[in-house]
Amino acid sequence: MVQLALGLLSISALAAFLALLLEAAHAVLADYGECRISINEGEKELTVQGGGKLLGTLMDQGIFIPSACGGRGSCGLCKVQVLDGGGPILPTETPYMDEKEIAEQVRLSCQVRVRNDLLIRIPEEFFLIKEYTAVVAGLRPLTHNIKEVHLKLVDPPEITFKPGQFIQFQVPEYPGCPEPVYRAYSIASPAVLRTEIKLVITRVEHGLATTYIHTLLKEGDTVRINGPYGDFYLRHSEREMILIGTGSGLAPLMSILHQMADEKIDRRATLYFGVRAKADLFYQEEIQTLAERIPGLTYVPVLSDPAREDAWEGETGYVTDAVARRVADASDMEAYLCGNPLMINAAVDILKSKGLPEDRIFYDKFA
Amino acid sequence: METTLSAPVIFFAAIFTNNILLANFLGMCSFLAISRELKSAVGLGLAVTFVMTCTTAINFLVYHHLLVPFGLVHFRYIVFIIVIAAFVQLVEMVIDRYSPALYVVLGVFLPLITVNCAILGVCLFMIIRHYNFIQSVAYGFGGGLGWLLAITALAGIREKIRKAPIPKALEGPGISLIVAGLMALSFMAFSGMIQIG
Repeated sequence: MVQLALGLLSISALAAFLALLLEAAHAVLADYGECRISINEGEKELTVQGGGKLLGTLMDQGIFIPSACGGRGSCGLCKVQVLDGGGPILPTETPYMDEKEIAEQVRLSCQVRVRNDLLIRIPEEFFLIKEYTAVVAGLRPLTHNIKEVHLKLVDPPEITFKPGQFIQFQVPEYPGCPEPVYRAYSIASPAVLRTEIKLVITRVEHGLATTYIHTLLKEGDTVRINGPYGDFYLRHSEREMILIGTGSGLAPLMSILHQMADEKIDRRATLYFGVRAKADLFYQEEIQTLAERIPGLTYVPVLSDPAREDAWEGETGYVTDAVARRVADASDMEAYLCGNPLMINAAVDILKSKGLPEDRIFYDKFA
Repeated sequence: METTLSAPVIFFAAIFTNNILLANFLGMCSFLAISRELKSAVGLGLAVTFVMTCTTAINFLVYHHLLVPFGLVHFRYIVFIIVIAAFVQLVEMVIDRYSPALYVVLGVFLPLITVNCAILGVCLFMIIRHYNFIQSVAYGFGGGLGWLLAITALAGIREKIRKAPIPKALEGPGISLIVAGLMALSFMAFSGMIQIG
C-alpha cells in the first residue's frame, strides 16, 4: 500500500515538476509583451499584444489585408512590406515571392509573427478595407446559372471602392460547410452608389459558397463582407480601351463602365462579352443604357456556341477570336480583362501579338 | 554488472558500429520524411542530437535517483516518455522564439521527435547495458551524432539522385529505402572494429 502511494506520489511529483517547468518556460519564451507596429512611416501607430501572426493582429486592429485562404499560407495574397523587425524570410513564404519582392522585404503577413516592434508598409487603400454587415435587398436570376445579389450596407453604412475591385463574402456555417469560408466577388454596381453593392455570382457545381448563395440565401438575410480589394481598376489616360469579359467576369467591367458614364470619361472603348449562347447573355439593357451615356463605347457580344433558335448574326467563336479579328493594331491601347484564366492567358497573348505592351494589360483572373 | 568499455569507445561505437538508425533501424520515419533536402535534414539531425544527449542525461538521473531507490523501475517507459515529451516541448519553444526559420522547416517533425523511437531506444539501451552517467551521456551524444550522420548522408544522396533515371515504380520512398539499405550494409563494415551491443 505504502509502495503504491509512494509510486503514485513520485510519478506525480515528477510530472508536476515538468509541468511547472514548461509553464515557466512558456511565460518567459512565449511572452512577447506589448509591441508597436508602425505603418507607412508613422502614418498609423498601433500598440498590440505580441505573439500573434501579423495578419490576424492587424485584422483585430481593423486593418484588413487581402487574404483568400484564411492565413494558411496557401494563397499568397496577404503581402506586406516588413521593413524592420520581421526576421528572416521563411521557407513557407519564398514560393510566393520573386527576387524583387524579396529585395523589397515583402512578406506574407500570415507567416510573420509579431515578436517585437515592427516597421511595415502597406498600400494606402488597405486602410479603406473594412468589415461590413449587409442585408440582402434582392436576388435576381440573370441566366440559368448566374444570380445577381443586391446588398444594402448596414454597418458601416457606406463603402468607398474603385470600380473593378472585389469584396470577400463570408459564407456562414451550414450543413455541408463546417466552418465559415470567404470567397471573392467583384462589385458590378457603380461606385457612386456608396450604400449598396451588386455582385454577379455563377453557380459552381458543389461549390461551397455558390451553393449557399444560390440555394440558401434569401432576401432579408444579413451577411458579412469585407473589402474592397484588388488592383484591377480604371487607369487614368486618354488611350482607347479594350474591355474583355466572359461570364460573370462582366461584373467589374460593368462597374468600370458606370464610372465612365458617371464621370463623363470620354474615351473610345470596346466591350467584348463572351458567353456560350444567347441565353447566357445578361445585363443587355444596362449595357445599352450605358452605351447611350458613353459616346465612344462599342459593344461586341460574342457567342462561342450559339443555339439554332438564337438566329445569331453577331460575332461567334471564342471572345479572343473576335478580338483578333477586330483589332488591327493595339500598340496605343489599354486592356482590361476579366474572366476565367484560360481566356485571360489567350487574350494576353493575342494583345501582345497586336503590339500592346504588357504593362498596359490589366486583368482579374476568376480562378 | 557495469560495462568496462570507456566512454570514448562507446561514443565512437554509437556513431559508427552501432549506429542507432543503420544498425538498430530506430527513428526511420523522420529519417525518410525529412531527408529530401540537406538543410532541413541537418537541422532535424541537430535537434535530435541535442534532445537525445540531454534526455539521456536527465533520464539517467531520474532512473537511478528516483525510480531505482523507490522501486519504481516498472514505470520506466512512461517516465522516460514524459521526460522526453517535456524536453521536446521546451526545445520547440526555444526554437520558435530564437530561430523561426528552423521552426518552420522542421514543422510537425519537431514535436514528432517526442515519439522518435531512436531517443527512447537510446534511453533503454543505456539501462540494459548498465552504463554509468558518463558512458550514458557519451552514448546519447554519439547516438545523436550517428543519427545526424545517417540522415545527412541520405539527404546528400537523395539530392544527388534527384536527376537520376530512376525506374518509375521506385521513385520517392522506394529508392530511399534501397539507399538506406545500402548505407546500412556499408556501415556493417565498421562492425568488425568494436561491438557494444
